[in-house]
Amino acid sequence: MSFTLFIVQILNGLQFGVLLFLIAAGLTLVFGVMDFINLAHGVQYMLGAYLAVMFYTLTGSFVLALILALVAALAFGLLLEFTVFRQLYERDHLEQVIATFGIIIFLNQGVKVVWGAAPLSLPIPEALSGVVALMPGLVYPVWRLVIIASGLVVALLLYILVSRTRVGMLVRAGATHARIVSALGVDIRRLFMIVFGFGTMLAAFAGIMIAPILSVEPGMGDSVLILAFVVIVIGGIGSMRGAFIAALLVGLVDTLGRSFMIDILRLVMPPSPARTVGPAIASMLIYVLMALVLYFRPAGLFPARGKS
Amino acid sequence: MSTLTASKPLRAGPRIDLAVIAMFGVLALVPFAAAFGAETYLLGLVTRVMVFAIAALAVDFLCGFGGLVTFGHAAFVGIGAYTVAIAGAHGVTDMAITLPLALIVSGLFAYLTGTICLRTKSVYFIMITLAFGQMAYFIAGSLAPYGGDDGITLPARSTLFGLQVFGSDRALYYAVLGSLIASYGLCRAVVYSRFGRVFRGARENPTRMATIGFDVFRYQRVGYVIAGCLGGLSGFLLANATEFVSPAYMSWQRSGELIIMVLFGGLGTLHGAIVGAAAYLLLEEWLAGFTENWKLIFGPLLVIVVLYARGGLVGLAASIKARLTRD
Repeated sequence: MSFTLFIVQILNGLQFGVLLFLIAAGLTLVFGVMDFINLAHGVQYMLGAYLAVMFYTLTGSFVLALILALVAALAFGLLLEFTVFRQLYERDHLEQVIATFGIIIFLNQGVKVVWGAAPLSLPIPEALSGVVALMPGLVYPVWRLVIIASGLVVALLLYILVSRTRVGMLVRAGATHARIVSALGVDIRRLFMIVFGFGTMLAAFAGIMIAPILSVEPGMGDSVLILAFVVIVIGGIGSMRGAFIAALLVGLVDTLGRSFMIDILRLVMPPSPARTVGPAIASMLIYVLMALVLYFRPAGLFPARGKS
Repeated sequence: MSTLTASKPLRAGPRIDLAVIAMFGVLALVPFAAAFGAETYLLGLVTRVMVFAIAALAVDFLCGFGGLVTFGHAAFVGIGAYTVAIAGAHGVTDMAITLPLALIVSGLFAYLTGTICLRTKSVYFIMITLAFGQMAYFIAGSLAPYGGDDGITLPARSTLFGLQVFGSDRALYYAVLGSLIASYGLCRAVVYSRFGRVFRGARENPTRMATIGFDVFRYQRVGYVIAGCLGGLSGFLLANATEFVSPAYMSWQRSGELIIMVLFGGLGTLHGAIVGAAAYLLLEEWLAGFTENWKLIFGPLLVIVVLYARGGLVGLAASIKARLTRD
């Protein structure tokens, strides 16, 4: 367990955490403001990646693909909001879960029909495809640093947006007192639509940024969706700050656990059982973390104020 | 949980529904009909339906009556199945041992996780049950001596005191049907008992139940253990029906499917869980035979059921019946 490997894994953990934050941010906003469980958030991440691949093959430019894919993902998200989700806001959580689960099933298969079941890939933009030496003996891919940086920038923008602007104020008020906001003459439907579209775009952005590293395939949103839910539950539903901290926490715990759990277990048990038990414990770690957090703080680390 | 409100109170005492008796009657006659067709296929399919119906009953008991939406119930099915498989790998195949063991292990898991889960409410409860479900899933995947991710084949179906009671598919079929009827009877008896009234009351208004003087947490935990044991029973039967056990039984999608079955049939009705399990699995089978892309039809169908068929199939049948009798 060398020091440079440790640093590399910390960076990987940060990159994963930032990615989770991009997805969880939209999820927690939609959940916090509209009290709507959107399981289909994960497929919007997948769709972002697929759209980017499609526009890249059409235009040959990553930047153009990024912009076009974001716009297309937004349009599709709003279409879903308009046709299906709008009718679910007043329903109870169970019905929301089932209906959005149906959309997952549909879109996972739809993607297979349109783009085929085989994994696709998106090349890293030429200028950012190399590695950079962070310190002697430690090289790290530039693209992963770009992901970390863009995630942090988005986090900062979101912070400013939520805490310093009028829309942000309405979002915060809507998260705790939706009825009162509506009674004060704010068009809550329009606010919902803005929040929803914004969340969709964030998820699509995450999908586009990660596409050059992962393979783009049907169902890629499912595991990420569950992790994003873990993040917003640990952070406290509706809390942007909670989502940010929990995302980094989950990213780091998961990545470090996967890289070092076997080594840690070797300290207390013989190597061969450590090799079999290690990966299982590593996969479980974030769920253990979630169970612990909920045991001691049943509403997450940063419960949204005004809601109990 | 506003799907089933207090305005539609359950009858105080159990009254056996004719439709339910008819349903079990039809199930009992299936093997005779199957003898004229593809017997192995049909028996296998309906056996699977009934096995999942038991798990769906457990989920309906928790969601529909206790207001506890569990998103990790597949874990109990998996635990029951793995108990049979692991005991089998060590040469223990007699159900006089494995069945009680499966019930005890899943009940114990329910007791321990329930103690933690029931501290939380609503969405947090959904997510923490999911967390424990995922933990069980990953543990099963790490059981290298018992197949790991690939799963493990059972050496043989369970015996009872050395007798091959599951020797034929038909015998297994009737054993599963018997278990389903027993599970249904148990859930019904519990729901209508004094315990059940407290359990249901805790869904409507936990604060009020606590004020009256009931320890809501303990009642809910007992309910959670009952549902866990039913899940374990379902797993025990599933392992015997497929003679194979794998971590896939515990994936979160499975837990989601159980909820869908219950909602499909009608939440909070018990027999709706059975109808829902049958409708879900048969529809899946039927659509899959139709087209490779059956999910393109199935997904939107779920959305439509949620949007337009409130109360599920049972609710739909009831409203049709009400309309017919009124005219």
